[in-house]
Amino acid sequence: MNEIILAAAIIGIMGIVFGIGLSYAAKVFHVKEDERIARVRVALPGANCGACGYPGCDGLAAAIVEGKASGNACPASGDEFTEKLADILGIKTEKTERKTARVLCNGTCALSRAKYQYYGIEDCSAAAQIFGGHKSCKYGCLGNGTCARVCPFDAIAIVEGVAVILQDKCRACGLCIDACPKKLIELIPVSKNYSVLCRSKDKGPATKKSCDVGCIGCTKCVKTCPVGAISMEGAPLAKIDPEKCTNCGECVKVCPTTAIRKVETFCN
Amino acid sequence: MIEQIVTSFLAAVLIENFVLVRFLGICPFLGVSKKIKTAWGMGIAVVFVMALASAFTWLIQKYVLESFNIEFLQTITFILVIAALVQFVEMVIKKTSRTLYNALGVYLPLITTNCAILAVCIINVQKGFDLVNAILYGTFAGIGFTLALILFAGIRERMDLFSNIPENLKGFPISLISASLVSLAFLGFQGLIK
Repeated sequence: MNEIILAAAIIGIMGIVFGIGLSYAAKVFHVKEDERIARVRVALPGANCGACGYPGCDGLAAAIVEGKASGNACPASGDEFTEKLADILGIKTEKTERKTARVLCNGTCALSRAKYQYYGIEDCSAAAQIFGGHKSCKYGCLGNGTCARVCPFDAIAIVEGVAVILQDKCRACGLCIDACPKKLIELIPVSKNYSVLCRSKDKGPATKKSCDVGCIGCTKCVKTCPVGAISMEGAPLAKIDPEKCTNCGECVKVCPTTAIRKVETFCN
Repeated sequence: MIEQIVTSFLAAVLIENFVLVRFLGICPFLGVSKKIKTAWGMGIAVVFVMALASAFTWLIQKYVLESFNIEFLQTITFILVIAALVQFVEMVIKKTSRTLYNALGVYLPLITTNCAILAVCIINVQKGFDLVNAILYGTFAGIGFTLALILFAGIRERMDLFSNIPENLKGFPISLISASLVSLAFLGFQGLIK
């Protein structure tokens, strides 16, 4: 019994001594940090997503104040942050348009066919290992939510078997882009509403067979687009160049499979 | 004396290399070995902390644990000492040398939970070293750790650049395989000294 008390007492005393010593040392060796770092840190999103390349938001805040990183280094922050930053540091910053991630697949459970029933672990990478996934379209979203789990902002939901980005929550950090085994997610300026929500490189009939809303490569949109923003990607698959797109919406009207959609109105 | 130091150096760095022969501190070995530069930073921080921790835990062992006859508390006490020590060292370095602090960066607090540090302290006690030898052994063990880290970082850098790795082995799997090969190579140092 005595031994236990002795042991507990000694460890306790050591803990207290170290604690007091450390708190005293913290005062003696206190280093005055640039208070702007703390203010920049508060202005940052604080998700520590690491998309900027620095170890977390603390690292980026220090780098911005030291002038090592530019004011728009945080891909997850929009103009709001840049303005705040300009306020804190008294500098001018470049404006960038806020981007959002977009899942380029529209083939919900009802609209696309399944190859087999998947009962494995809830992970797209795992599902994709088995014959390219359980969807009959090997390019489509598997809907097991790998992207939703990596998203630090809770901006991804799985709706009817397809991942959808909640644009007002998305900060375009790009973590989902790396997580998606099908490489279906892209960063697009938030103001561009029209996207070809399909990445199927199969020929038209094959795409049509596995999914009702796939791009069959009919090139109608390419011919219709008044500014020439749509092109075929070397496969029967249309692609809208967001830099050229003027949001006119002509392509949606001619698309026979509704693969092109106005994303704002769709839940995506 | 010098002969003894050289022997102890060879033993700690090559023959009983903490990472590659004793398999301690594998986490930072795999985590911080992507670039040679960061491997250096981590290595130096480990040498530093190992030497200091050797000295402090030796004193604690001798004057607290042994005098109260509570050697069975060795593990928990040493962890306590190491954690407090690393915190303290971090504060001191932050105050005194900004350059060193920036160079060690995030690796210093990481070392707190590195099992290799604890192992050095316990081995010091088991082998019955005196204070000087304990500090020397700690330093040498740290150098061995650094050597392993830098060697492996070099291998990984080259592998990333020049090798055609099969898709399924890319990243972590190939790192584990190459780590085992480096470890096998270090097995060759066994029997270097009697």
